[in-house]
Amino acid sequence: MYVYDEYDQKIVDERVAQYRGQTQRFLDGELSEEQFLPLRLQNGLYVQRLAPMLRVAVPYGLMNTGQVRKIAQLSRDYDKGYVHISTRQNIQFNWPQLAEVPDILAELASVQMHAIQTSGNCIRNTTTDQFAGVATDELEDPRPWCEIIRQWSTLHPEFAFLPRKFKIAVCGSKQDRAAIHSHDIGVEVVNNAAGETGFRVVVGGGLGRTPVIGVEICDFLPAEHLLTYLEAILRVYNQHGRRDNKYKARIKILVKAMGIDAFRVAVEREWAPIKNGPTTLTTGEIERARSFFTEPDYASLDASAAEDALQAQCDSDLIFANWVKRNTVAHRVAGYRIVNVSLKATGYAPGDVTDKQLELIADLADQYSFGEIRTTHQQNLVLADVEQGHLYELWQSLQKAGLATANIGYLTDVICCPGGDYCSLANAKSIPVAEAIQARFDDMDYVYDLGPLELNISGCMNACGHHHIGHIGILGVDKKGQEFYQVSLGGNQGKDTSIGKILGPSFKQEDMPQVIEKLLTTFVDLRQDEETFLDTYRRVGIDPFKERVYAQAH
Amino acid sequence: MPRLIKNGAIVEEHGPEVLDLEQWLQCEDRAQRAVVLEPGETLAPLLEHVDEIPLVLVNFPTFMDGRGFSYARELRERGYQGELRAVGHFMRDQLTYLSRCGFDAFQFEDESELEAALNSLQDFSEYYQGSADRPEPLFRRRA
Repeated sequence: MYVYDEYDQKIVDERVAQYRGQTQRFLDGELSEEQFLPLRLQNGLYVQRLAPMLRVAVPYGLMNTGQVRKIAQLSRDYDKGYVHISTRQNIQFNWPQLAEVPDILAELASVQMHAIQTSGNCIRNTTTDQFAGVATDELEDPRPWCEIIRQWSTLHPEFAFLPRKFKIAVCGSKQDRAAIHSHDIGVEVVNNAAGETGFRVVVGGGLGRTPVIGVEICDFLPAEHLLTYLEAILRVYNQHGRRDNKYKARIKILVKAMGIDAFRVAVEREWAPIKNGPTTLTTGEIERARSFFTEPDYASLDASAAEDALQAQCDSDLIFANWVKRNTVAHRVAGYRIVNVSLKATGYAPGDVTDKQLELIADLADQYSFGEIRTTHQQNLVLADVEQGHLYELWQSLQKAGLATANIGYLTDVICCPGGDYCSLANAKSIPVAEAIQARFDDMDYVYDLGPLELNISGCMNACGHHHIGHIGILGVDKKGQEFYQVSLGGNQGKDTSIGKILGPSFKQEDMPQVIEKLLTTFVDLRQDEETFLDTYRRVGIDPFKERVYAQAH
Repeated sequence: MPRLIKNGAIVEEHGPEVLDLEQWLQCEDRAQRAVVLEPGETLAPLLEHVDEIPLVLVNFPTFMDGRGFSYARELRERGYQGELRAVGHFMRDQLTYLSRCGFDAFQFEDESELEAALNSLQDFSEYYQGSADRPEPLFRRRA
């Protein structure tokens, strides 16, 4: 993974010192609440319902075990001993003291971490595929490009006061696991006919109040032009994005208003004078970025022997066999598997993880996975490089710590924002809805029979829980001071992205498990052969679901 | 006489008469007049005349309106060499961003902030991107 040199360290250290001064001026009354607001937001600090929330950047979801242990220690020393993995692959502290945040940031800087631009109207953490570098369907590792974008976007002088937040995602594989069509800019690594690396660029996607699927602005951008082209897009957005209404300020609204062709012309006009300028990437820089993401020291294993040994363990322990089937994924190197660590055990807030669990995972990563851990936008963790022969020991340790719930990609692997329990923006609670659904569907055989199913819950229109792209989406809404839940069907992430369609009038919290049950029964009745929920929905449409759910309500 | 930060020091000075963009473009002896840019204005016609302008002021109606940052970079990238002054409601915490975009003068609404603001110009000594005074990004400068 990327390792700071003295330049990176200096930038982060100077940012900590600057923020310490800003915090002091606020506490001394020299800065008003209104002035301090954007300053603290650009360093990831929200003031929430009960306490501040500090969002720490995990660039493209990758951490080493020293960083994970530091997070665990900070959660103990400055918080209540647990943290939350966000849908931007970041880590959130729920209860830090505002005055102590500079100290937390200084400790983070000591392990090459920070909270720069994890909030505010600026370029946010660049996200990517959690299986980058190890996926079997990968064309090229997207992480060097993510790191290049991270450096370019960090404290960019021109783009710190944009009309609204700005999110970039990169994918480098056949299947899109980074949801690039739901981002302000999506970057897909592609090769041209000559085999050269470049990018397909998608712009104007986004969730939030007005969900929009990104559209292609460039089908092949040669690699060296990546940053100047991004700069041109940002410059058009900074100049022309709406600033009069925060709900119409995202780039998706601008792209829709101008039309993609006029927007492309405007970008190319801005691009022409800076294209081939000093920000053009050099071969040396591209090679330098790539040099941090080389293969770890894989053992050369006898694939068929490893397969036989694993099969024997699976045959003698069916619970283990089930976990292997549900929570591990094929690795591109023979004899290795990718392991998903589920943070979706029933009874715990989705995506939450305790200090003790983090320390255990760090130990396991050192022992079994080259000392690296990844966060996912589905709010789980990944150990990406585990020898098949170590899976059984690893599973036993995870199981003891409540980290082996075999539900990755199934109904109970719910994506869920912190919602009204924590967030001051939320209209409704989301965690109790997730828990009630997980509790209702505790029969795992039924859950597996349903097949892959993504259920995403957001507590408000800001859509942090990605409800628009869940096969089943749930959105908390406020109706005259009461919490209600709107259900949508047919959303999907991935290259055939779709936005969910609203089922109908919203429901009370206590009715939600039953509503989900009716939807699932409808699906089971209607599905043909091996259809997934999404397949069936796409074939039959929303009406059969609507009829079933609302039939008895009247 | 207004006090402002200019080239890293506090100075007092009267500038030339200031015209808005439309007035300036139509003015016959515009080389003697400053021009003030407001967010939302189109920069293109001014870029034709970068060699004639003695002073450009960029107004920040609120510190959250970041359009002025792009004005500054475009003017510098197109070769404007003269004074580029931020006016209005920007904050001292934005000074390193502003100066890296090409501003070399800062006229605060509240002049009592000037001494403290001078310190903010030193918040960062290193950065990743190219900037007006150092166009090479860090990746071209890394040892």
